[in-house]
Amino acid sequence: MATPLLQVEHLEKSYGDVHILHDIDLTIDTGSVTVLLGPSGSGKSTLIRCLNGLEDFQSGQLVFSGQPVVPSPKVWQQLRQKIGMVFQSYDLFPNLTVLDNILLGPLKVQHRAKAEATAQAIKLLKEVGLAEYQDAYPRQLSGGQKQRIAIVRALALNPEFMLFDEVTASLDPEMVRGVLEVLRNLAQQKMTMLVVTHEMNFAREIADQVVFLENGRILEQTPGQQFFTNPQTERAQIFLNSMDF
Amino acid sequence: MSWTVIQQIIPVFVQAFWLTLKLSFYGIIGAIIVGMIASFLRYFKVPVLRQISAVYTEVSRNTPLLIQLFFIYYAFPEIGIKISASAAGISGLIFLGGSYMAEAIYGGLNGVAKIQVESGLAIGLSRGQLARYVVFPQGLTLSIPAIAANVIFLIKETSIFTVIAIPELTNTALDQIGLYYHTDESLFVLVIAYAIILIPLSIVLTWLERRTRRGAFGN
Repeated sequence: MATPLLQVEHLEKSYGDVHILHDIDLTIDTGSVTVLLGPSGSGKSTLIRCLNGLEDFQSGQLVFSGQPVVPSPKVWQQLRQKIGMVFQSYDLFPNLTVLDNILLGPLKVQHRAKAEATAQAIKLLKEVGLAEYQDAYPRQLSGGQKQRIAIVRALALNPEFMLFDEVTASLDPEMVRGVLEVLRNLAQQKMTMLVVTHEMNFAREIADQVVFLENGRILEQTPGQQFFTNPQTERAQIFLNSMDF
Repeated sequence: MSWTVIQQIIPVFVQAFWLTLKLSFYGIIGAIIVGMIASFLRYFKVPVLRQISAVYTEVSRNTPLLIQLFFIYYAFPEIGIKISASAAGISGLIFLGGSYMAEAIYGGLNGVAKIQVESGLAIGLSRGQLARYVVFPQGLTLSIPAIAANVIFLIKETSIFTVIAIPELTNTALDQIGLYYHTDESLFVLVIAYAIILIPLSIVLTWLERRTRRGAFGN
């Protein structure tokens, strides 16, 4: 029986009068991959950002590892060590080397020993095939390399849950594969993940669960294969037909 | 214009030159410190102090240095604060420059991309750590061109010190003209003296801007 890692209960989010997310109910099981799909403007990014405190919300609650999250800067700062996030733009710190980018969290936030954190960072860099770039600056890297390092930077904190917000959307096509490969490996290692993506073939391959969002509402929450072969709603069918894959 | 006269007046101008540099130096260092404090108060939204710094910025930016110097040198003694002309000059430069530097630095801090701040938060950095490792290194780099422009501006403003009889370059030139009618020679030496300070300085500052930008952002 799967245990839920994150439960989202009746989450409501608006900017002023504009209602962005309506009554979001969502359960993410430990070790599972959830793919969040939906047309642009449907609220995918806003939802994923609510899950690590980059956006606040008006009502509803989050339960992480069985503990209700009481939103405050302090609580979020703690939780973000367990909930890693990677963004669409390759957002490495340009003023730091690759290794320093990765070590910032482990050393300054988690106060871990430098030797141990460095060893782990190098091991992770090897896994994404970029060990030789540890002393490079972000400007010396391609978009795909930067994005893989951004993933390593998040993983270096040993998170229990990873959020990926369209991490391949700004990459050149030939760079996409390497980044997806990293995500695929993570899924095989049973990392709990929530992935926003427009790579439909990848979504189909990797998803244990698909959440389909439109106009800020969850229209479907179904096991991965079922969503692609037999979507429950007409909207999801139209969405799938509109995607070229 | 007589070369003999120029040779004759050069020693006083050399003295004035060093004095101008010295007063500028202290004034600029002070202005940068005040500017950093004021911009940090604003950036971190420190209650009360932030409002005080906003009032200071408005007063400082919207009154002429001339009037600020009159207040410091002639009006403050009336309420028991008596300082030397040089100290008044430096204070005036700090009072004026502090707000310009604050704007320059705040602009840089504010110019750091939002995604940089968010990715810092996303790895669990506290606000203080975020400032130290991400926002300040990038933001201060972004503000260097504006700081450099203010440095040049403040050095030129020292010419106003003449109104409180500080023997800096402009005052010295006016003295030479008033006392000995060395008008052409004095103005010539005056222009040369400012050029000797400002032209190399602006070249160095431009080079520094490029260098730090490359260091921080790679372009």
